[in-house]
Amino acid sequence: MSLTHLETLEAESIHIMREVVATADNPVMLYSVGKDSAVMLHIARKAFYPNKIPFPLMHVDTTWKFKEMISFRDEIISKYGLKLIVHINKEGVKMGVGPITHGSSVHTDKMKTQGLKQALDKYQFDVAFGGARRDEEKSRAKERIFSFRTEKHQWDPKNQRPELWNIFNTKKKKGESIRVFPLSNWTELDVWQYIYKENIPIVPLYFSDKRPVVERDGVLILVDDERLPLKKDEKPILKNVRFRTLGCYPLTGAVESNAKTLPEIIQEMLVAKTSERDGRLIDFDNIASMEQKKQGGYF
Amino acid sequence: MVTEVEKYLTDQENKQLLRFITCGSVDDGKSTLIGRLLFESHLIFEDQLSELQSTSKKIGTQGDDIDFALLVDGLSAEMEQGITIDVAYRFFSTDKRKFIVADTPGHEQYTRNMATGASTADVAILLIDARAGLLPQTCRHSHIVDMLGVKNICLAINKMDLVDYSQDVYDKIKNDYIEFSNGLNFDNINSIPISALKGDNIIELSKNMNWYKDESLVQYLENVKYNLEKKNQQFILPIQWVNRLSHNFRGFCGQVAEGNISIGDEIIVKPSNKKSTIKNILVSDNEQNSCNVGHSVTLELNDEIDISRGDIICQKEFSCDIADQFQGKILWMDEEKMVPGRPYIFKFGVAESNGSISKLRNRININTFAEENSTTLELNEIGLVNIALDRKLSMKPYIESNSLGSFIIIDKMTNNTVGMGLVNFALFRSENIQWHEMDINKELRSKSKHQKPTVLWFTGLSGSGKSTIANILEKKLFNLGKHTMLLDGDNVRHGLNKDLGFTNADRVENIRRIANVSKLMIDAGLITIVSFIAPFKAERRLARDLMPNDFLEIFIDVPLKVAEYRDPKGLYKKARSGNIKNFTGIDSPYESPENPDIHIKSDEMNPEAAAEKIIEFLKNKNII
Repeated sequence: MSLTHLETLEAESIHIMREVVATADNPVMLYSVGKDSAVMLHIARKAFYPNKIPFPLMHVDTTWKFKEMISFRDEIISKYGLKLIVHINKEGVKMGVGPITHGSSVHTDKMKTQGLKQALDKYQFDVAFGGARRDEEKSRAKERIFSFRTEKHQWDPKNQRPELWNIFNTKKKKGESIRVFPLSNWTELDVWQYIYKENIPIVPLYFSDKRPVVERDGVLILVDDERLPLKKDEKPILKNVRFRTLGCYPLTGAVESNAKTLPEIIQEMLVAKTSERDGRLIDFDNIASMEQKKQGGYF
Repeated sequence: MVTEVEKYLTDQENKQLLRFITCGSVDDGKSTLIGRLLFESHLIFEDQLSELQSTSKKIGTQGDDIDFALLVDGLSAEMEQGITIDVAYRFFSTDKRKFIVADTPGHEQYTRNMATGASTADVAILLIDARAGLLPQTCRHSHIVDMLGVKNICLAINKMDLVDYSQDVYDKIKNDYIEFSNGLNFDNINSIPISALKGDNIIELSKNMNWYKDESLVQYLENVKYNLEKKNQQFILPIQWVNRLSHNFRGFCGQVAEGNISIGDEIIVKPSNKKSTIKNILVSDNEQNSCNVGHSVTLELNDEIDISRGDIICQKEFSCDIADQFQGKILWMDEEKMVPGRPYIFKFGVAESNGSISKLRNRININTFAEENSTTLELNEIGLVNIALDRKLSMKPYIESNSLGSFIIIDKMTNNTVGMGLVNFALFRSENIQWHEMDINKELRSKSKHQKPTVLWFTGLSGSGKSTIANILEKKLFNLGKHTMLLDGDNVRHGLNKDLGFTNADRVENIRRIANVSKLMIDAGLITIVSFIAPFKAERRLARDLMPNDFLEIFIDVPLKVAEYRDPKGLYKKARSGNIKNFTGIDSPYESPENPDIHIKSDEMNPEAAAEKIIEFLKNKNII
């Protein structure tokens, strides 16, 4: 009996996670609360069953996440009895950094990139799992499953270790760290199919509901709290919307949709005309922007 | 509507996964082909398409048309140079299969990237430009995918639109290739005439080539039979991690590398040869009666036997070699040359050992695969080698077992993956040479001499004062009634090592011999002073690893300017004028120790004081 493609992907992800646990000193799973994190967490629970997951989860909270993400996160953590570290860049908070006042690139750099670096340094994690996939974006397609970062958390795309067969070189010097992407070979469709097949809980924001939004530059922004300043003539309208990707709410566009179930979401995806990252405003800067962010330490 | 989607989802769940690699030389149109496959399978979204259109106009090579290659050439450096410089993985799927494509560069200097892509490929698509026919690169790529055990080759003869879709051109290239590939081990060679740019024979058969009636490229990929499950393979599970929950639960975790097994089956553990039977099987987290190749599993056994990471669980009848020496083929992947004798880490699956390349038998020409003489391997070169490991590992020839016959080579200093290799066969030389335990041992000799035998390993530039300080130190120790021996670089080169010169390889062998002689001196209970330049960290580490508890590194540190000014033997002068080659500090590097046990700055203290400082250190450490 040959394995199906989802079984093959699951087995590969488990192999990667166990390889980390067998060789790392102090691993952590970066948990962003999105659907990819949900899949990664689900697989981790399988990989170490009947034991508990032998590492903590960490959420770098930019303080601008959707409210529903935070409540969903806390629910999952208590449901499965997991250990969660929440890190907020206090310096950024003190400076009042936010996406509205400082723009998306300053906010993302300060609260997400710098926040992540601070947290990794503070807890001395040597390996961090991330839920990124190679199909998301061009520069990710070339990243290794085990991706090395210098002491300053930098990525050097020209100097990546070759990955042969399923033998992973996990050696590193003191101070260096590794980002490991167990879902590297999954596509967006694989992720949805797997969530459907395994009945994995995800944040309700992925499903359509009537939500108050305003339209700005052709993007629908959810009015998640009172911090979103409304222009004079702007009035939130209730629309049936959902999100294909989740991040900071002022930076994440909603799509109009009536999809209330997973099969409906998947059907919508199959006829979708825009790629997933289209909802993320941080990718719009220029052609190679993701590559530059990563060299600077963005996950 | 939704029920249709549900049906679709159930159908999709049963798709298989096929991994393939595309290879060919620089202008054969690989990136265009992959861009075309993504485009045709509707995996390019509108936003990507509009970005592609604007980028195509800016830096594309197709005028106002879409340049599909830009879709896959991800990193900005490559976009500027117009070549693919790394392995990129692409994904698309049809109703039958999901595909992972390794897109790898064609240039000779990226052979390592191609090998990386080929190591996980079930099928190789070899692109050939119909106008050019077989090129040296075509042959090189064929050799590499053959070496890595890819059995299915699909010859995609591209740019047929530029040769008027001529059947004669196609037939000639096809026949040339079949003739060329006679000496290789492919099971199936298929060929398809295509135009990636125009879309001919990619999804459907092209009207432009009515003479071709076989499968289109996508049809081929959907139907090709590949060795997902080789017949008659015996069960092998390399143990990655032991899951200990309580006294009652010990689960052995890993990904099944070959074969299958069921509850109740008898197993044997390698290398210990302990036996047991399967009590329980978890596939992921599901209890099942059996498991197959590819599954990540957790096994419980009926007997309490000691198994740890790197061991393998296999079915009772399984046999493999348990060896510490073998012959193999390696591909060098690092900028820094391979040095025979230098210590590296060899990782077989999840098991690893220190070791070294004990002999480079031949270098293999990557274009013709002819064997040539060489003393080293450079980046992208392939060699036939003997390898000696520090401990015995389970292994099999690569042609019999991909999982027990493949390994990577890791540099101990940089931690980089510097090479990959395949086992040809195990060697059993040391098998017949037994280590004899003697009654009078190091401990007894050391007691009778009232000293802790230790190697004092001096390192430093020529002219740093090593020999002078070493000589004074030995006299002082002798006067204290200690038993000593001084091994001096120049003196040893007159005798034991007179066959060695000053190339990097000879320097490594020089130190290897000295390190082993020092170890014998330690066993004899002596305080052994070794005074050599020993310029490379890796070899000093080799010496330390041989006798980690009896080794002190003493760095005689002097600025190069000072050593050159002193020049007691006139050697620097000769090196500067070009009369001596490979002279340390001039045209051969000196790698300073980072954490020497004793650091002597010989331009800041006289030799007498330096020797006294070392004596004090030895007293404090209770060595004397």
